[in-house]
Amino acid sequence: MSAAEDVVAEGHQAVEAVPKRAMTLGTGTSLLVLAVLLLVPVFVKNFIIFQMTMLLIYGVAVLALNILTGGSGQFSLGQSAFYAVGAYVSAVLMEHFNVNYALTIPVSAVVCFGFGFLFGKPALRLSGVYLALATFALATAMPQLLKLNFLEHWTGGVQGLVVTKPDAPFGLPMSQDMWLYYFTLAVTLAIYIFSVNLLRSRSGRAFMAIRDNEIAASAMGVDVALYKTLAFGVSAAITGIAGSLGAIAVQFVAPDSYTITLAISLFLGMVVGGVGWLPGSIVGAAFIIFVPNIAESISKGMSGVVFGVLLFLVIYLVPQGARQAASKLR
Amino acid sequence: MELFTNQVLAGIATGAIYACMALAVVMIYQAIDHLNFAQGEMAMFSTFISWQLMQWGVSYWAAFVITLAFSFVAGIAIERILFKPLAKAPVLTNVAGFIALFAIINSSAGLIWDFTIKQYPTPFGSAPFLGSQLISTHQAGMIGVTVLLLLGLYFFFQYTRIGLAMRAAASVPESARLVGINTSWMVALGWGMATAIGSIAGMLVAPVVFLEPNMMGGVLIYGFAAAVLGGLSSPLGAVTGGFLVGIFENLVGTYIPGVGNELKLPIALALIISVLVVKPAGLFGRPIVKRV
Repeated sequence: MSAAEDVVAEGHQAVEAVPKRAMTLGTGTSLLVLAVLLLVPVFVKNFIIFQMTMLLIYGVAVLALNILTGGSGQFSLGQSAFYAVGAYVSAVLMEHFNVNYALTIPVSAVVCFGFGFLFGKPALRLSGVYLALATFALATAMPQLLKLNFLEHWTGGVQGLVVTKPDAPFGLPMSQDMWLYYFTLAVTLAIYIFSVNLLRSRSGRAFMAIRDNEIAASAMGVDVALYKTLAFGVSAAITGIAGSLGAIAVQFVAPDSYTITLAISLFLGMVVGGVGWLPGSIVGAAFIIFVPNIAESISKGMSGVVFGVLLFLVIYLVPQGARQAASKLR
Repeated sequence: MELFTNQVLAGIATGAIYACMALAVVMIYQAIDHLNFAQGEMAMFSTFISWQLMQWGVSYWAAFVITLAFSFVAGIAIERILFKPLAKAPVLTNVAGFIALFAIINSSAGLIWDFTIKQYPTPFGSAPFLGSQLISTHQAGMIGVTVLLLLGLYFFFQYTRIGLAMRAAASVPESARLVGINTSWMVALGWGMATAIGSIAGMLVAPVVFLEPNMMGGVLIYGFAAAVLGGLSSPLGAVTGGFLVGIFENLVGTYIPGVGNELKLPIALALIISVLVVKPAGLFGRPIVKRV
């Protein structure tokens, strides 16, 4: 419209620059958290163990988004699509091909990596709201694609698939829920360690350079296109693993469990946990799992109002999420 | 060929809904530089207010004007109370705020007026327009109002001091402040105007989709898509985008076999994205030039 619009102020970027040391916890705190996660299930009921399993699973999914947004500065509302693909890969392999549940996880990671990497290619030309719209389209399309007639033989169509819950191996004296919890915890730990190392590696530095200033990064010799699609691929792979674990834990997959609502929840989880702070993912996951329940228990009719007000409170008190709260404690 | 023209006409009719919403989206984008996810819910709430007024016996146009005024004030109030404190917070935190606002408005509308579907009157009647079965007088009226709004906005932004001030405040806040523009209030004004335009969209859409708390969900998505397709900085682009999206959606549903109602949206979005890949700033948008 006018010349005034041609110039955009310098230093305007969607995602804050978080130094990589501020992205993780210290060793002591990490070990303490791990000890809590290891010991608590021994003392609580099966239902709570199940909820803790879901907490870890959503934590992994939020972590994946955090690598994409907090790490490489790309925004995605399409995480639910990758989650769905992971869940379906596991469910189909387990139910149609009798593959062991643990073996389906690497398969869905590979499939989702490919899917995310390919999706990242056209998304390269888009940023900001445009990327949000593109990923959003992916999220709205996924449940419809899963319902398609010619896939129905594999996916079970609208009805979805029932997944068998695995027993504890080697005759360990554990309930199914508890075994699944420890299994999920092991996978989560592996992914967390992988992610921390990824962000400290050459690739991680490239992600952050792109996040902070794309032009400067390419001037320094970073292959911007490669690393942006790579970030999408890695994020999709981790989300897919979360999806697989989710399918095994819930024992059921259906297209309508993976709508845009899931993607929005994961996004909220990332904001509440702190964009770019990996340990915050678990705090964010706790928020998106428990706060809607709390809101419902306060008032059934007004659960949306209560949820909204609680969310507002959180972002007023700590606009940068749990990361800010944690740095105040330090 | 006749099928084609008919589908295009029907597409224009639905496109008018999207165009109207897209105008509201562009308005807020001009003022605050991001998309407001709660905009559809705000429009829905305004529409309920006008419905309530009519239930109390106020005439259509009186209710229309009161609702406009209410929406304008409410938009400003929401900005002042809820989003001004977040002005310095990261963008993604603001987006979370919009989602919270969405939940609050949706849930309270359901609480006040419950989730049953309500009839909403139209001032234009619903007879066939000029003998065509595809466009009703209501839809023609809707297109008319959208075009009027577009002209109004164009003159406002192009020829009034305050319109110029708003554009300046949105694109270069620092310089705008230096020449004495109260940028903070410009943002509030943008919220007020966007909410008012949204309420017009809501009141025009309600006779077609019927009044209920979730009525704007789908419309807002198409409105976003239309605004992004046309270019977020251009009201004309938004309106054109709205009509294009409406036509796209109809043609896809007619000519591609096996596309039910449910696949229409993903395919329309995919088309829009393919357009954006070629023209990243939208059809009418001005590419943003970055200073390195």
